Amino acid sequence: MKRILTYLVARILLTIPMLFILLSLVFVVLRVMPGDPVSAMLGGHAPESVIVAKKKALGLDKPIFQQYIDYMLQLARLDLGQSMNYNERVATPILQKLPATVELTLTSMAVAMLVGIPLGVRAARRRRSGNDSAIRFFANITYCIPVYWMGLMFQMLFGVFLNLFPIAGRIGARVVSSDFDRTGFYLIDTLLKGNFAAFGDVVYHLVLPAVTLGLTLSGVFIRITRANMLDSLKSDFVLATRARGIIENRVVYGHALKNALIPVVTILGLEFAALLAGAILTETTFSWPGMGRLLLERIYNRDYPVIQGVIIFYALFVSLVSLIVDVIYAVIDPRVKL
Amino acid sequence: MAEKEKPEVEGRRGADWSPARALARAFGAFSKAAKRYRMEWWILVIGLLIIAVIAFMTLFPGMFSPFTANDQGNPQLQKPGATHIMGTDNLGRDVWARVVFGSKTILGVAIVASLLSAGIGIPLGLISGFVGNWVDKGLSLVMDSIYSFPGLILAIAFAAMLGPGIVNITLAVAVIYIPKYFRLVRGQTLQIKEEPYVEAAKAIGARRSTMLARYIFPNVIATVVVIFSLNIADAIMTEAALSFIGLGLPAGIPDWGMDLSMGKKFLPSGVWWMITFPGLAIALLALGFTMLGEGLAEILNPRLQEY
Repeated sequence: MKRILTYLVARILLTIPMLFILLSLVFVVLRVMPGDPVSAMLGGHAPESVIVAKKKALGLDKPIFQQYIDYMLQLARLDLGQSMNYNERVATPILQKLPATVELTLTSMAVAMLVGIPLGVRAARRRRSGNDSAIRFFANITYCIPVYWMGLMFQMLFGVFLNLFPIAGRIGARVVSSDFDRTGFYLIDTLLKGNFAAFGDVVYHLVLPAVTLGLTLSGVFIRITRANMLDSLKSDFVLATRARGIIENRVVYGHALKNALIPVVTILGLEFAALLAGAILTETTFSWPGMGRLLLERIYNRDYPVIQGVIIFYALFVSLVSLIVDVIYAVIDPRVKL
Repeated sequence: MAEKEKPEVEGRRGADWSPARALARAFGAFSKAAKRYRMEWWILVIGLLIIAVIAFMTLFPGMFSPFTANDQGNPQLQKPGATHIMGTDNLGRDVWARVVFGSKTILGVAIVASLLSAGIGIPLGLISGFVGNWVDKGLSLVMDSIYSFPGLILAIAFAAMLGPGIVNITLAVAVIYIPKYFRLVRGQTLQIKEEPYVEAAKAIGARRSTMLARYIFPNVIATVVVIFSLNIADAIMTEAALSFIGLGLPAGIPDWGMDLSMGKKFLPSGVWWMITFPGLAIALLALGFTMLGEGLAEILNPRLQEY
């Protein structure tokens, strides 16, 4: 336990420089790169005086170094600023949309693992068989199908032609929205209220987006699980368990898979970044009111502070997940040292 | 006499060189490789075929489609039929023509973007791995943080700041893949730096630039080729994604991603052909480059065959 606590503290300390660099990166992209945000936001046809006034309001007329200090100090106060187009703090819409994105990404991750890990294990057990080839083919195909196109195809098949699932939004029109004001996580809110009909409706709306995003990521899990299972199945401890006469399924799932899963956890962290990117596209395809939609909406509205805020939020999200994954890794693998 | 004893160097042009002999040798290598690698070889060849067909389509679009991408004279939203094999869109443009003419945009952007990121990432990786010390630490830190950030979000930020345009979208796609080359090349350079032949070059007084260019770089390039091919596949999907969400290109340039987002609007009324074909084209092109990359990876690195 003490080992894990020390690890946790050290890892949190390590997150700080990483976060610092990520935030600086965001600054460089949004402020230092050629192309100035205000002209981009105003569309290039605005009169000079308007551009100058807007720049002044955002503090973009100051020297770049001064801007950087201001930006960091503002972030240190956990302040993301004020929206340019609406009378709201930047954090308000972000916090409002965040649960939708988290709900989508977590369920998609679950789908990816539920599809990817068992298929990976099967491919490894039946190595170089028809099963193996088919599963590897499937894994490769999922790489090449753009997530937004898969989403559109699912909408076409299951939404428009078969009329099985809804193709847009988080809830149907008939469900009362006052049931959703506690946490913003609709799955949790509806359960807290005990409204199972609404819960069913939320799940019903979640199926297509989560399966779409989950399937595109499952290929990675298939590959990693398969590769690690092959190693694991060849190792001495598996031979030893077999020699002890333990039934094959126990050997595979209880012993070999347990060890093969450790690297899968590391991949989980890396894949999360891909998942967030995929979520933006899935949100666009399924009109899912999450952070990605917010980002794109505000890009069209040219609301610069919110764009910056959302991107910073993604940076925080990525760092947090990588921290959590590393800690989980330390917990399950006693060999991990910092 | 002395001439004859000289061992023949494979692939070197000798006095007995002839095109037929070279062809036979090339074919011999091909069939030998086909036997040795079986499936991997087929994956490579099919990938190349897909790319070749689409590249041909890009170069000679007139041979494939009687209509042009912006022909608006046709009836609107027609189902696929005899005249319009993939139907027409809401403005009466032929979907097949848009697929044919749109290939140029996506292929061009993906290839140029990948070349750009390779052109920046490889030298930086070489220098970082070879020089070491604070240069390496600083570069790695920056590259790792770019790498940890979701690529598409970075590309979106770039595209939003730069505004629409074919050059801008290429830059936005290029930026996010630089760390990929950097990390790969840096790692390889660190390994190769320790090899005896590099040590030997150093001992005979080779300059640092010579060591990098003649001894290290050629050994890195094999893996780079694999990554390059996979990278193009990735860049294809990123380019299409950017234009799908409306950030990529000004109107008027035929583009698969943009056609998809157009088609999305008409999907609820059952117009399936506007989304099916451009999307299929994106997936097929990405598949071609992925297969090429996978095939190359397994052929160039036999250790991977274990998996």
